[in-house]
Amino acid sequence: MSDKNAEFIIVGAGVVGLSIALGLLQKGHQVTILDGGDSDLSASKGNFGLIWLQAKGSHFAPYAKWTHKAVKKWPDFAKSLEELTQINLALEQTGGYEFFTDSNEFKAFQADLKQQQIHLGKKSSYEILTGDDLRKRYAGIGDKVVGATFCPLDGHVNPLKLFSALHSAVLTLGGKIFSNNKVKNITPLQGGGFKLLALNGNRFYSDRVILAAGLGTNSLAKQLDFVTQVRPQRGELLITEKIAERLPFVSSTIRQVNEGGIQIGGTSEEAGLDDSESLNVMVNLAQHAVSVYPQLSNVRVNRAWGALRILSPDGYPVYAQSHQYPGAYLVTCHSGITLASLHCSLLAEWIIDASNQSTLEAFSENRFSISSAA
Amino acid sequence: MKIDSRFQARPKGNISLSIDGEIVFAHKGDTVATALLADSGNASRKTNKNSPRTPFCMMGVCFDCLVEINGSPNEQSCMIQVEEGMVVKRPKGLRNYEQK
Amino acid sequence: MIDAELIIIGAGPAGMAAATTAANEGATVLLFDEQPQAGGQIYRNVKNQSNRLDNKNYFGKDYLSGKKHVDALEHENIKIEYGATVWRIEDGRHVVWSKNGISKISSAKHILLATGAQERPVPFPGWTLPGVMTAGAAQILMKTSGLLPRDAILAGSGPLLYLIAVQMIDAGAPPKALVETQTFKKTLSAAKHLPNALFAANTLFKGLGFLRKIKEAKIKVAKIKRYTACSGFRAEESVDGSIEFSFDYRNVNHKIKTPLLLTHQGIVPSTHLSRASGISHRWNETQKAFQPITDLWGQSETPTIHVAGDGASIGGAETAQAAGRLTALNIVHHLGHLNKDERDKKAKADRSLFNRALSIRPLLDNLYAPLPEFLSPPNETIVCRCEEVTASEIRQSIAEGAAGHRQVKTSLRNGMGPCQGRMCDLTVRGILIDSGINPDAPRARTPIKPIKLGEIANLKIPPE
Ligand SMILES: Cc1cc2nc3c(=O)[nH]c(=O)nc-3n(C[C@H](O)[C@H](O)[C@H](O)COP(=O)(O)OP(=O)(O)OC[C@H]3O[C@@H](n4cnc5c(N)ncnc54)[C@H](O)[C@@H]3O)c2cc1C
Ligand code: FES
Repeated sequence: MSDKNAEFIIVGAGVVGLSIALGLLQKGHQVTILDGGDSDLSASKGNFGLIWLQAKGSHFAPYAKWTHKAVKKWPDFAKSLEELTQINLALEQTGGYEFFTDSNEFKAFQADLKQQQIHLGKKSSYEILTGDDLRKRYAGIGDKVVGATFCPLDGHVNPLKLFSALHSAVLTLGGKIFSNNKVKNITPLQGGGFKLLALNGNRFYSDRVILAAGLGTNSLAKQLDFVTQVRPQRGELLITEKIAERLPFVSSTIRQVNEGGIQIGGTSEEAGLDDSESLNVMVNLAQHAVSVYPQLSNVRVNRAWGALRILSPDGYPVYAQSHQYPGAYLVTCHSGITLASLHCSLLAEWIIDASNQSTLEAFSENRFSISSAA
Repeated sequence: MKIDSRFQARPKGNISLSIDGEIVFAHKGDTVATALLADSGNASRKTNKNSPRTPFCMMGVCFDCLVEINGSPNEQSCMIQVEEGMVVKRPKGLRNYEQK
Repeated sequence: MIDAELIIIGAGPAGMAAATTAANEGATVLLFDEQPQAGGQIYRNVKNQSNRLDNKNYFGKDYLSGKKHVDALEHENIKIEYGATVWRIEDGRHVVWSKNGISKISSAKHILLATGAQERPVPFPGWTLPGVMTAGAAQILMKTSGLLPRDAILAGSGPLLYLIAVQMIDAGAPPKALVETQTFKKTLSAAKHLPNALFAANTLFKGLGFLRKIKEAKIKVAKIKRYTACSGFRAEESVDGSIEFSFDYRNVNHKIKTPLLLTHQGIVPSTHLSRASGISHRWNETQKAFQPITDLWGQSETPTIHVAGDGASIGGAETAQAAGRLTALNIVHHLGHLNKDERDKKAKADRSLFNRALSIRPLLDNLYAPLPEFLSPPNETIVCRCEEVTASEIRQSIAEGAAGHRQVKTSLRNGMGPCQGRMCDLTVRGILIDSGINPDAPRARTPIKPIKLGEIANLKIPPE
């Protein structure tokens, strides 16, 4: 069956896998995506939808620059994806806030921003506001807010619409997506190419293979001789009933979805593979929301949920080609929404031909092998 | 246009409440949803897409009975009993923040 | 610190029976119900019947018998919180509940979910219009407020439909038509379960009695038109605000005008809380519903969480009571109030009552199986009432690769409104099945009912 022979097979139909697929398809390549079942872990279906630069890569210049580039590229990326699919992504990139109710955290974050600014130079700017500055700007801000930072490039998108649009764009451009085909084994073939075996017994063949399997990455990575291992970190979110009035700001912890519901999030916990929502975090999130914007107190929470972030050992993206098995790639990152604009362009170009993008060398696996040797 | 209630008329009750500014009499033990259904056959709310709805399940499952009660939007009217002097409004579309 | 040895959620037949049994065996019980009084759906408002203004009993002896169960809750070992919505279960030992805008946590050694059932959604084009309600809703209006339907049509199937028809007739509010979806053929195929059903003769005859009464009324009143084996339901709004109800009967499309269309297709376990509590569920193909997995005593895989009554499996009030008592006996045994032999001895009568009552279920389930068009409705039907998502959109998303509940939700937001999927999950499942996908039970998250942010923010979590 020709369906089962592809130039590229991508393992994982999350935001990361779909973005790369879109990039490859746009350059005329042939792509098949294999994905797991409906109840497999998926960060793409539980995330917050931020396109966020503030303090990213403060301690790793290449990541600061890469994120900056991604954020700048988002408007064009959104426009072309919307034209292709007729799906409104509800992109709003008019700047975003970090709110602080603790002055020590506020200070520490300012230091991170300063550090990031050193990496980015004149390309970016940010504002520091005291609690009173902020309350002058927005009358509804609560007294407990001691300060905020603002970055004009930050914003958000409707993450579920982005997911649907990527999905539909991939199909429109002739990509194939097979769900319920969780990949168990990948065997490099003599003379090049790969054989993939799914849990349901299906076999697939491809010239090149890309692992974008989120939390399903680890065992497959070992089979292809990658050293990268990822781990889960739980984030929890609340979503409220829909409100007609618009929230006047976007922040990394409180944002209003274009349909009207308000999402509250921004927590991180080590909880293994447990993606339940926990009571104490719900209470903390509710307290945060009510202290930042007291009007929210009378708004109902429809549901809370947990989702698992995908973290590499140092938290930064990994873009790697297997030394042992050329043609096998591993891609993993935490901020798959923010980086989608580059995953479907520069990253896809690098996968097509590594000489295209030397800047990506900083994200190779070498950083882990060196540190483990040291 | 006010449509007649879809239920048989009952004797006049002795608890008065205001529904969209009109004084309506209900009985002790009625829920607000009951009072709305007894008052008229009209929609008790309009959805975000402007479709008309009335209470559907009367047991707290469907959330089609959401109305504003005493200034608080999206209250589940089939779970709340009438009280003297209640102010009820039939919502049109999404709620706003509560004006205090 | 614990607030009681046993917390029971739901004061219907199962919860009430469990509470009294446990209390009589010496256990302390804390009972929660969302409603202002005990009784559950069947004995709704039974305690206040004398307050009802029409002051007539058209609900029958069975209904009034509920009063003694409510009275039995007055027991020194039982504490009750009415108007209290439990919105989360924590670690199988704590419940988080909301009352009058304040949320609190209560703890116990065991938790019994007796949350009962909801009516199965009956989706068809026009089912969201004003003037279309569930038959159960009309019955609640009669029970709590003496508000009687006017020239209504009853449509669908299930024992409850006939029961409500009779109650409406007796109340002087007979339906102007009874539009039934089941066929005579189905009755025959259900008859193969008769040997079993005979053990449950009592319940069975009660069911048949209802049918007879309807027929008599039809003759006497002569105004109730009866159509059987109908399909193709559709409701439209006419200019005067009444409903134009159309359906197919004997290959002819009929149209009847009514101010009030009351539909019903049986009931299904309310599993929102049990699913959110983390215990496993399975699909019951005869009942066409998800139900929690428990042992014969109603104990789940989490040993402190138990389920009894219609919330575990649809069986009706008598079965629910038996299940409530059985579950309570097992719990008090685990609490150390009863040894195993005593438990088994005391359980004997209820065990056989339970088995007998359950033996009639296959008959009823087969007889009143929901029509395929309600499991997987026509394209233009709104499936998710909250987010206004149609069957055709759901089919489209499946065609584009959605392989289960979550992926459909991700693309369409169905099930994400205030009802959290209570009105659409089963239909989405039906459409998935129709498309060759056999989905797992959809996940339920907390709060299982919308709770204000300020209320959650003020919740005090006691230190362990
Ligand atoms: C709480 C939370 C908030 C977030 N907020 C933001 C944000 O605001 N902005 C932002 O940019 N990012 C955010 N993210 C991150 C973003 O959601 C992720 O970066 C992105 O979804 C990751 O995509 P992915 O494809 O790598 O992983 P996933 O989306 O998890 O997809 C992995 C896919 O691979 C499949 N799979 C796994 N193993 C196999 C196998 N063996 N065979 C076949 N298929 C397999 C899975 O079924 C799954 O569909 C957030 C994440 C979380 C958890
Ligand atoms: S009428 Fe269904 S929730 Fe109130």
